[in-house]
Amino acid sequence: MAKRGVKDIKPEYDCVVIGAGLGGLTCANRLARAGHSVLLLEQHTQLGGLAAWFRRKGHIFDVALHGFPYGMVKTCRKYWNQDIAGRIVQLKDIRFDNPQFQLATTYDRDDFTRILTERFGVAGDTVERFFDHTRAMTFVDDASQTTRELFQEFFPGQDAVWRLLMEPITYANGSTLDDPAVSYSIVFSNFMSRGVFTFVGGTDLIIRLMEEELERNGVEVRTRALAERILVEEGRVAGVAVNGREIKCRSVVSNANLRTTTLDMLEPSALSPEFRERADKVRINNSSCQVYMGVREGEAIPHVGDLIFMSTAEKFDAELMLSKNVTSRTFSIYYPESRPGSGRYTIVSSTNARYSDWAELDAAAYARDKAALAQDTLKALERYIPDIRGKLDHLEVATPRTFRRYTLHEGGSSFGTKFEGLTVSRGLSGQAAGLFHTGSVAIIMSGWLGAANYGVIVANDADRYLRETAGVMRGEG
Amino acid sequence: MTADGIRQAIIQIISEIAPDEDLTGINPDEPLRDQVDLDSMDFLDIVMELRKRYSIEVPEKDYPQLATMSSTVGYLLPRMESL
Repeated sequence: MAKRGVKDIKPEYDCVVIGAGLGGLTCANRLARAGHSVLLLEQHTQLGGLAAWFRRKGHIFDVALHGFPYGMVKTCRKYWNQDIAGRIVQLKDIRFDNPQFQLATTYDRDDFTRILTERFGVAGDTVERFFDHTRAMTFVDDASQTTRELFQEFFPGQDAVWRLLMEPITYANGSTLDDPAVSYSIVFSNFMSRGVFTFVGGTDLIIRLMEEELERNGVEVRTRALAERILVEEGRVAGVAVNGREIKCRSVVSNANLRTTTLDMLEPSALSPEFRERADKVRINNSSCQVYMGVREGEAIPHVGDLIFMSTAEKFDAELMLSKNVTSRTFSIYYPESRPGSGRYTIVSSTNARYSDWAELDAAAYARDKAALAQDTLKALERYIPDIRGKLDHLEVATPRTFRRYTLHEGGSSFGTKFEGLTVSRGLSGQAAGLFHTGSVAIIMSGWLGAANYGVIVANDADRYLRETAGVMRGEG
Repeated sequence: MTADGIRQAIIQIISEIAPDEDLTGINPDEPLRDQVDLDSMDFLDIVMELRKRYSIEVPEKDYPQLATMSSTVGYLLPRMESL
């Protein structure tokens, strides 16, 4: 277990990583393996950031373990270890249920090609061109085309196709038809390469294995350690103020929310007015509501799919998906084999949500609206498991306020920032030498795979800086 | 380091990044990515390993120089021959 607080830590580190989300964890591990001394600070009591879990009445609920692309196997093998990578398995039964279509899929290119051609009558070569086109896009590509324009180009007027292609991605990262096509394409192609995958053993096991790996590599990990300020002197990182104490360091990687990092943790003078203005204009993505349902020990539910994208809305509508009047939700169903030995079934329903819809409610209204959401969710779930109410012994609701409380993210953001966050995140080291940011930005550097890989990309930047400033590097040529 | 030593060092790094790949028959003049399953993250790993092992910095603008084995060795030789 990571120690709490900052008592008896060293006075100085090569790098302080602020925040133990998947990006911060992976970045810290990578830097330690490269030989740097690393202090990892997490304000919460447990590591993982939104890769969170909690225990109630013998159940363990996963907050964000809904499925990630196959690329996570390679990422875990290279940047963590084979034990973690070896626990990744496929979720083979992804279901859609809405007024336009009902279907089950493995959510990969072959199966989607079959569905698009046979079910929706799209020409085979259009489907192939769409897959090739989306797969070829990278984050350095032009971001002016929207996803709406991309769909318009390939599938004009085909509402049902748009829904099939967009709805899961909106759940995966909060993006809409108005976000850049490049961000859609990268995330969609990552999933389509092999399908949807998860960790056997749950979030708690994976984070514990990561914590053990960090320890083996010498990372000093501290929870309940709130980084208050990043100290910059004469244009370079000098240290971090944490729990009222100052720790010296040559570099900082912030895995806190990008807006918190740029606007709260730094003195305004650390950033040029122009950069600060750009940072201030970065829009955050939406938040979420979740309903956690625990099936009583000894009870069982039938197999109804691993993920169900269900909606009663007539057509795909991202605005409607954010509405407090919920018409769309994703059910993640965890069977006993997802936590071998537990014998337990749990179900997590997720909906996208706006912080502003929940922020101002008084205690009574908040309790009432949470209860209503729980009841609506059960009613929706009865469509698949008619006797579900009698089988549950735990029912709990999280709202954007809950997400904000545990992550400290502005607006309880559960998917980081919109696309413009990328250049601010990447540009931070140009403002203060040795200062870097990793974390959910721009939709693409988000989710399990995006967050972990972005941690690696930024570890490379921090490693270069640390070696160059230590004076050990050979010049070019 | 000689050109051959550098080639061996590169093969060693790639074999650790992509342990399942067969690196015995690499054509030095064909793009590495066409012969070995390497993505952009793998190239980043190669750059980070070069820095760690040999204190060599490959700036982003020079990444295209790592396209083939020959171009990689040619690029690294003046930077590594004194090692």
